[in-house]
Amino acid sequence: MSDYKYPKIDKKSKAPAFRERMSGNEAVSYAIRQIDPDVIAAFPITPSTEIPQYISKYKADGKISTEFVTVESEHSAMSACIGASASGVRAMTATSSAGMALMYELLYVAASDRLPVVMAAVNRALTGPININADHSDSMGARDSGWIQIYSENAQEAYDNMLMAHRIGEHPDVKLPVMICQDGFITSHAIENILLESDEFAKEFVGEYTPEKFLLNTKESLGVGPYGISPYYMEAKRGQEQAMENAREVIAQISKLYSDATGRLYDFFEAYRMDDAEYAILIMGSASGTAKDAVDNLRAEGKKVGLIKLRVFRPFPFDKIAQALSKVKGLAIMDRSEGFSASGGPLGAEVRSALYGRVDGIKTINYIYGLGGRDMRVRDFEDIYAEIMAIKADEIPELYKYYGVRER
Amino acid sequence: MIEIRWHGRGGQGAKTAALLLADVAFTAGMYVQGFPEYGPERMGAPITAYNRLDDHVIRVHSNIYEPDIVVVVDETLIKAVDVTAGLKPGGKLLINSKRRAEDILKEFPEINAEIYVIDAADISIRYIGKNIPNSPLLSAVARLTGLIPEAEFMKSVEEAISHKFASKPAVIQGNVDSIKESWNAVIRINE
Repeated sequence: MSDYKYPKIDKKSKAPAFRERMSGNEAVSYAIRQIDPDVIAAFPITPSTEIPQYISKYKADGKISTEFVTVESEHSAMSACIGASASGVRAMTATSSAGMALMYELLYVAASDRLPVVMAAVNRALTGPININADHSDSMGARDSGWIQIYSENAQEAYDNMLMAHRIGEHPDVKLPVMICQDGFITSHAIENILLESDEFAKEFVGEYTPEKFLLNTKESLGVGPYGISPYYMEAKRGQEQAMENAREVIAQISKLYSDATGRLYDFFEAYRMDDAEYAILIMGSASGTAKDAVDNLRAEGKKVGLIKLRVFRPFPFDKIAQALSKVKGLAIMDRSEGFSASGGPLGAEVRSALYGRVDGIKTINYIYGLGGRDMRVRDFEDIYAEIMAIKADEIPELYKYYGVRER
Repeated sequence: MIEIRWHGRGGQGAKTAALLLADVAFTAGMYVQGFPEYGPERMGAPITAYNRLDDHVIRVHSNIYEPDIVVVVDETLIKAVDVTAGLKPGGKLLINSKRRAEDILKEFPEINAEIYVIDAADISIRYIGKNIPNSPLLSAVARLTGLIPEAEFMKSVEEAISHKFASKPAVIQGNVDSIKESWNAVIRINE
């Protein structure tokens, strides 16, 4: 690991956070204004459209110095971000659903060129049938593209995660693009209370971007994105893999620094009432809070239930997940996207893989829920806990099942 | 926690009213949520918006199925949508209408709820010059929640309206005046 200088925040002189109310899209845009990146290239798509709208307004009002590139497609948006980032500056974008799908080729280019582009991803179902509401099929489709992926429960987390993104992606041991995800409409368009940090703190925490190597360096010539012949291609991939491994330590450090400075705790996941939990739900995104209310209701009845809310999906914290679940008897892994493996969803596959050979014998069901914005209520999560609590000791539960779907 | 469900038609401002109510309650120091339920956005189609207001952090992110208060922005929806679905027993139903009380009551023969009426269209036409009922309804709902005293509400709402219509200052005063009148214009029509 390089001797990277992490930001030093003097907690005594730090301005306190202040109370506001705003939507998840406005919260992320507020963070982007504080970051004031050099380049933003974006194309509007529901439900992330408000983010480039806010940025346009900030630009028109002279509140950011960003070069805002209004491209004609998401393919071009990511291409412009790649060009800008390769030249040596901070580049960002925002997108959703089909927009992210149109970036697909370039997502791999950004990651393999080791460019720390940051994306505000507002999760929305992929088309077929067309749908504008929340699920994770867009970012889950990009899970193997080499981007760091961080998921947010609410506007607060979307804001905080955005202020941590650049430090993580730009770290010299990482140099990877970062996707900050939140659920479309459910948090992107809901007004909620939020604590915002001062511009001074945000700027100090995010810091300046000073890449070691960049395209516009006249003193050291550099090629970005050349053809990778077979004798080199595999080493390039191994380098990306190492960067993703290194990202674990960097995410831990940056999250701890941010948590210490703000008092809002961030880690690879949040373990909610897990200390003596015998039954757990593992989930990502906005439904986590709804599920926490179910945990409290069941705890009030004396049931030993808890919840793991996964924040960092890439890199996947397999060892920490296995450790956190080592004492549970029953587990529900909640996937808000299909993988069509006919064996469950992508989160289910990762978690089972993390447990296999480390923690055996947990009665586990992988649930597919909330596709295309299908709502989940507190009582739905109570049902799910009841289902996993009812699995008998000698029973092999269903591998996976749909929750809240009409069957013929 | 108080949960509110708004029924309106696309373009009538139910979503704006829900977001403004969240703003006002926030300014009064509460934890809030204000969110619409999105489908294909079409002018005139039935839409639903929601509020949660609480003294504690709100974590739940689902729609509202058992509201304490239901607001009917457009009474033609009463025949099209089950507006009282899940309304808590003894809850409050607020209807924007200029019809006589007995005609409205005929539509809810079995209801176990307090029914309130305000002629928000009339008030908005008088103060804003157009039938945009959301500001009068906002005031009526705020009163029905019982969470915010009148003086504090009026102070918060002026801030919220000024924030919301910062780019259209000409409409601020009319909205504020309509809100002031509406606080006392909401009447209960059943016992």
